[in-house]
Amino acid sequence: MDTWTYAPAPESAALARLQPSYRPFVDGGFVDGGGEPLKTVNPATGEVLAEVGTADESDVDRAVAAARLAFETTWGPMPGAERAKYLFRIARIVAERARELAVLETLDNGKPIRESRDVDVPTASAHLFHHAGWADKLQYAGLGPDPRPLGVVGAVIPWNFPLLMAAWKIAPALACGNTIVLKPAETTPLTALVLAEIAAEAGLPAEVLNVLPGAGDVGSALVGHDGLDKVAFTGSTEVGKQIQGRLAGTGRRLTLELGGKAANIVYDDAPLDQAVEGVIEGIFFNQGHVCCAGSRLLVQESIADEFDELLRRRIETLRVGDPLDKNTDVGAINSAAQLDRIVELAAAGDAEGARRWTSPCPLPERGLFFPPTVFSGVEQTMRVAREEIFGPVLSVLTFRTPDEAVAKANNTPYGLSAGIWTDKGAKALWTAQRMRAGVVWTNTFNRFDPTAPFGGYRESGFGREGGLAGLAAYADG
Amino acid sequence: MTTTVPSPRQQDTGRNGSGGAPPVETAAALAEVTGTESGLRRFLHGLPGVDQVGLERRSALLATRSIKAASKLHALDLAVSMIDLTTLEGADTPGKVRSLCAQARRPDPEHPDVPPVAAVCIYPDLVPVAVAALHGSSVAVAAVATAFPSGRSSREVKLADTALAVEAGAGEIDMVIDRGAFLTGRYGQVHEEIVAVRQACGSGPQRAHLKVILETGELGGYDAVRRASWLALLAGADVIKTSTGKISPAATLPVVQVMLQAVRDWHRLTGELRGVKAAGGIRTAKDAIRHLVAVNEIAGPDWLHPALFRFGASSLLGDLLRQRRTQLEGHYVGADYIGSA
Repeated sequence: MDTWTYAPAPESAALARLQPSYRPFVDGGFVDGGGEPLKTVNPATGEVLAEVGTADESDVDRAVAAARLAFETTWGPMPGAERAKYLFRIARIVAERARELAVLETLDNGKPIRESRDVDVPTASAHLFHHAGWADKLQYAGLGPDPRPLGVVGAVIPWNFPLLMAAWKIAPALACGNTIVLKPAETTPLTALVLAEIAAEAGLPAEVLNVLPGAGDVGSALVGHDGLDKVAFTGSTEVGKQIQGRLAGTGRRLTLELGGKAANIVYDDAPLDQAVEGVIEGIFFNQGHVCCAGSRLLVQESIADEFDELLRRRIETLRVGDPLDKNTDVGAINSAAQLDRIVELAAAGDAEGARRWTSPCPLPERGLFFPPTVFSGVEQTMRVAREEIFGPVLSVLTFRTPDEAVAKANNTPYGLSAGIWTDKGAKALWTAQRMRAGVVWTNTFNRFDPTAPFGGYRESGFGREGGLAGLAAYADG
Repeated sequence: MTTTVPSPRQQDTGRNGSGGAPPVETAAALAEVTGTESGLRRFLHGLPGVDQVGLERRSALLATRSIKAASKLHALDLAVSMIDLTTLEGADTPGKVRSLCAQARRPDPEHPDVPPVAAVCIYPDLVPVAVAALHGSSVAVAAVATAFPSGRSSREVKLADTALAVEAGAGEIDMVIDRGAFLTGRYGQVHEEIVAVRQACGSGPQRAHLKVILETGELGGYDAVRRASWLALLAGADVIKTSTGKISPAATLPVVQVMLQAVRDWHRLTGELRGVKAAGGIRTAKDAIRHLVAVNEIAGPDWLHPALFRFGASSLLGDLLRQRRTQLEGHYVGADYIGSA
């Protein structure tokens, strides 16, 4: 028989219910913003999806004032059990409109529909459900006998998980009784605006949630605003440092979730086939646009050759292409700027003497794509081992002893996540205790659960999202 | 890796031959592994572990593949051609076997382009009936042997059982391993028995193909499935098979995944292509296609062939034919519109 190929299995783009234009959400309604409208593009095709109105400084003032009013008059004084009802309703509508949100996310971001459908949207909904449950139980959260909300939160989120990051900020903020002004990323504003529409549909009191699309200038105006009590930022370390500098001495609270250069340590007694899967999940999930991506593979020298062969063989089966196709494993790079950065850093890998291997998978003729790439023979000093690439590029290093693995894993200014692969429980715990990273996964990678705190330290930021530690970032005990 | 004998992870894996004998040094190393009970034990217990969570997650991921249109039609025909159409009941009669053989040759007479199945799988005493009924067709006669399904008898009885089937003309033997010996760690005994049954399968081009049933549902975990797979491959199994169909769970996607990894690694080590048979519990076309996706993505496209992958099933064929007609005619047909053995 002929070779077996998978026919295209595209999800319908019409499910996204795409509108020709979107506007900022302030004061409980969609309003015209004062900023220049932007066009948001499907990175897989280059087609313009919609025109999006953006905010200017006066809109930021207005949104913060609205959020302040809501905090003082409706949301702040409301009993937790009442707040919970709204959050449960929002969580449920997100789950009900899951398909629409998944397709919209894939169109706007370029990530495979399999991931937006099976990870982003369900995890966002789960986060909302989880925090809805906390709203009337905060006095039992270990935060003190009567935890108080902080006030008005300004949140700025990145383009890699647009809906999920919005949920990660909104859910704990609202559950604890805060109100919020959220700025989604310039290239991926759509699902956050639909989330605002969902909040309105759920009857959330006007002004509690405000969404201001725009570029970095809007984010800058927001995080520096005097009317805020807390800033929550997820994005690059560079911008995070600027924000920290601006907020120093203001008394405003801050949590930062920044970059990373996580190590995935594979010991020679690891379950090899599953370790291969985990390494792939670690670096090719969401095209590697993941702050906690396992971008450095540390493999024990005694199994390095075999692991390398198994890994490449598996990577060759990854399907790169139309993000809406249900069989696509790796989708489009979100923006031309990001693609340029990946290309540049990969070239630096070549120049510094690392050996580049590229998956032979076919790439679409148009759109922004980068094939799964592995650099072997990488040394700690090379840029591909030190800088966050934020793309589907894996750097492979080797180690001989557990001590060396730990030393290499920690030899980075970042500290967001780490992965450990071994069949020996004691060795896994020994290693985990020595990892300077906020999240350590053992024999798995990139698993997100609302009950598990997520966050980093050192140049990966501070503060936690999810779990009890995540609540502590939005309430005073 | 704790073993001191050559293991898959220590071998040169640069070759990609298909078929043929392993290179001399590999063959010598393998002989060393199987030469002693302790050698076997060290080798099998030195194989990389299987992480249950990760394995099942990968299976779930494979199950999300969406196979549509032409690729679905292709998969349905491929699955039909891989079926060992099976009846293994105490109540089997020559009439029942003849009826099965008729459907094996022409699964859907209204659609003559449907390929015949790979084999008919029956008890040894009914082999002559099947041989006569399938004469002149491409359909092989497979017989279960070695005190199927429990394997609880003496070596003499098991070999005689095998010889009975082979002499009656069975081209394929589905033997069961001694799970009692395996579970008490007597790997050498299991190995020796497989070797002996293989000898009873004959020699030369007429040798009956040997499928070794691991009965994975009785082995107690994925690590044991991996060890049993390697044990059977070392002993010369042409095909490793999940189950008798008499024990539940039988063929599950994670178990088949472990076995596909074993034949993939065997090929990396020796250059030989060995097969896998998923038997028991696969009743729907959807489930069969999920297994084909696993074959394609774990072992590789080389294994998408009836010589290297089989389904042991009785009711699967009916659903494949129904789904096939649905693809062609655009609507479902009732089960009664297709003849069933």
